Amino acid sequence: MKRPVTGKDLMIVNMGPHHPSMHGVLRLIVTLDGEDVVDCEPILGYLHRGMEKIAENRAIIQYLPYVTRWDYLATMFTEAITVNGPEQLGNIQVPKRASYIRVIMLELSRIASHLLWLGPFMADIGAQTPFFYIFREREFVYDLFEAATGMRMMHNFFRIGGIAADLPYGWIDKCLDFCDYFLTEVVEYQKLITRNPIFLERVEGVGIISGEEAINWGLSGPMLRASGIPWDLRKVDRYESYDEFEWEIQWQKQGDSLARYLVRLSEMTESIKIIQQALEGLPGGPYENLESRGFDRKRNTEWNDFEYRFISKKPSPTFELSKQELYVRVEAPKGELGIFLIGDQSGFPWRWKIRPPGFINLQILPELVKRMKLADIMTILGSIDIIMGEVDR
Amino acid sequence: MIIYATEVQTINSFVRLESLKEVYGLIWIFVPIFSLILGIITGVLVIVWLEREISAGIQQRIGPEYAGPLGILQALADGTKLLFKEDLRPSRGNTPLFSIGPSIAVISILLSYSVLPFSNHLVLADLNIGIFLWIAISSIAPIGLLISGYGSNNKYSFLGGLRAAAQSISYEIPLTLCVLSISLLSNSLSTVDIVEAQSKYGFWGWNLWRQPIGFIIFLISSLAECERLPFDLPEAEEELIAGYQTEYSGIKFGLFYVASYLNLLISSLFVTVLYLGGWNISIPYVSILELFERDPIFGTTIGIFITLAKTYLFLFISIATRWTLPRLRMDQLLNLGWKFLLPISLGNLLLTTSFQLFSL
Repeated sequence: MKRPVTGKDLMIVNMGPHHPSMHGVLRLIVTLDGEDVVDCEPILGYLHRGMEKIAENRAIIQYLPYVTRWDYLATMFTEAITVNGPEQLGNIQVPKRASYIRVIMLELSRIASHLLWLGPFMADIGAQTPFFYIFREREFVYDLFEAATGMRMMHNFFRIGGIAADLPYGWIDKCLDFCDYFLTEVVEYQKLITRNPIFLERVEGVGIISGEEAINWGLSGPMLRASGIPWDLRKVDRYESYDEFEWEIQWQKQGDSLARYLVRLSEMTESIKIIQQALEGLPGGPYENLESRGFDRKRNTEWNDFEYRFISKKPSPTFELSKQELYVRVEAPKGELGIFLIGDQSGFPWRWKIRPPGFINLQILPELVKRMKLADIMTILGSIDIIMGEVDR
Repeated sequence: MIIYATEVQTINSFVRLESLKEVYGLIWIFVPIFSLILGIITGVLVIVWLEREISAGIQQRIGPEYAGPLGILQALADGTKLLFKEDLRPSRGNTPLFSIGPSIAVISILLSYSVLPFSNHLVLADLNIGIFLWIAISSIAPIGLLISGYGSNNKYSFLGGLRAAAQSISYEIPLTLCVLSISLLSNSLSTVDIVEAQSKYGFWGWNLWRQPIGFIIFLISSLAECERLPFDLPEAEEELIAGYQTEYSGIKFGLFYVASYLNLLISSLFVTVLYLGGWNISIPYVSILELFERDPIFGTTIGIFITLAKTYLFLFISIATRWTLPRLRMDQLLNLGWKFLLPISLGNLLLTTSFQLFSL
């Protein structure tokens, strides 16, 4: 059959690692047929920093500042999981007060992460104003974090056995004020965005994932819950003290980008509920389990002698990881964040494997954009909610 | 033949006076043109400043405040900066086309300003086919965009240029049909006649009340013609970097920028002329004609002010819309133009025609 003169040559467009779409350094090689997408190949690795290899040479307390750089928008979760692993290995109990404070911090971090997902998502669709509004709310969360932990973003707050320092005086009232304020703001977002016909047209029916497909691809987090599977690790694993609060799993059935948007928005309201309950019921008590500081004192006894006082820096006491393997996971805002930890009988882990939710969730992108238009790529990518820090780690 | 010296001298001086008069006449043609262009450029500067202030207000931040008092000279500062930038030209692109593209877009819009009445008979060219001139000449702008997209030797620019051309063409038809309905109402294509037809009952004489559907369609179509959000897919930053403007730098990029705002200004001016009553005061029983007769300069100035005030109302609406609504996808955009606006504007035309027939 003679090929017509105007034969179809598919156009290959490179949406390079550096582009104004605010999704980090993700390179997409898109094969286009006019306006329709035929294929899409994501290329990762532009932000690879060797986090897993670095972990093999750091004690846990030394490694904690690194972990906040995986998912730099929901930092408490990365810290929580770094600390949960050794806690479970060494069978260390966390006092109740510390657990409640951890839950409050985690839920605040979840709200912050979903807020910063919403801004760029709307900016990709074209509405640039919500970007400014979410930063206004995020600044309040930053202020709360700064008062409690000392840093706005990279907190280094969690410790094995509890948290680093107790909450300052008056923090609880400020947090309750924030909760009340934020509920009004969520209503504002609903009014501005959720019923906007242009938004609905852009987002409804775009990037549909069925429940079966979601499980097959190994998705987690809001992507799974938006496809009709009410799976939330906070209810399944029952870690920290999520059992003691009354809250529901937010899920939707349709599996399109609108469903994911609705799931994340309602998760924010649920988080506020959890925070309010935790604040009201915050018990007294210690904020750190000091038993975890009972380290093996037999090491380095010679170097602690009188004669070697001024020779060099003494190594800081470290928590020993026993020679076991463990997989621990949390429900991060982007999905299931997990650590597979193989301990060596020393301060350094033998293998520290990170299971990033963004990496696993990104796999479905080429499948989803196959029959969509060029403009939908950004919508779908935005609704998957990836952050390159943890995808590449 | 005896030629007396004095006669020669008078003949010579007479000739000199004539040529001087001709030169004077020639210069006098340019004065209104230049003053109009000066007014337009000032208008664009003001629009740029307005856009930044309004968007800052919507986004809860402060707009420009350092360049000049209250940041008024910000647009001028931006333009000067663009003048100083290096003029990049793609090495394998078509350089003549690359250079001409932005100019075509700007020139076609600038030409349309000649039929706009700013006040009572204060119009550069009182043509019988005023409105039609605008529609015809503004249709040349998509050619400029196509040329820029093609001449850039860049896939993104090409895609952007094609999209821009498709969008412009699809939204011209509803625009034209609305204008046609208006001219039916006023029995003339001349802009001055259209405004004068709205002057009788003050506020209630506006074409807005006689053509509500047409007004809305005209608003949407003119937003799409200007390529402003929610229709700015050709320059969608997230997807195509900057569409057909990607390869441009320096003052050529500035020309695109200016062309966009010029287009916006002329659309707003046409909205006031066609639907909001132009230079009429629009308070019932107060006619600007009396003011004009009493004191022409005062009346004219009041007319200009009223036109500008009504224009800025529409400008505010379009700027606020830009920063509120998300963007339409390309196929949804074309759907809206062809399958929704076109039938409705046809229906509007039909309605107007039947009312005109019956009222006769």
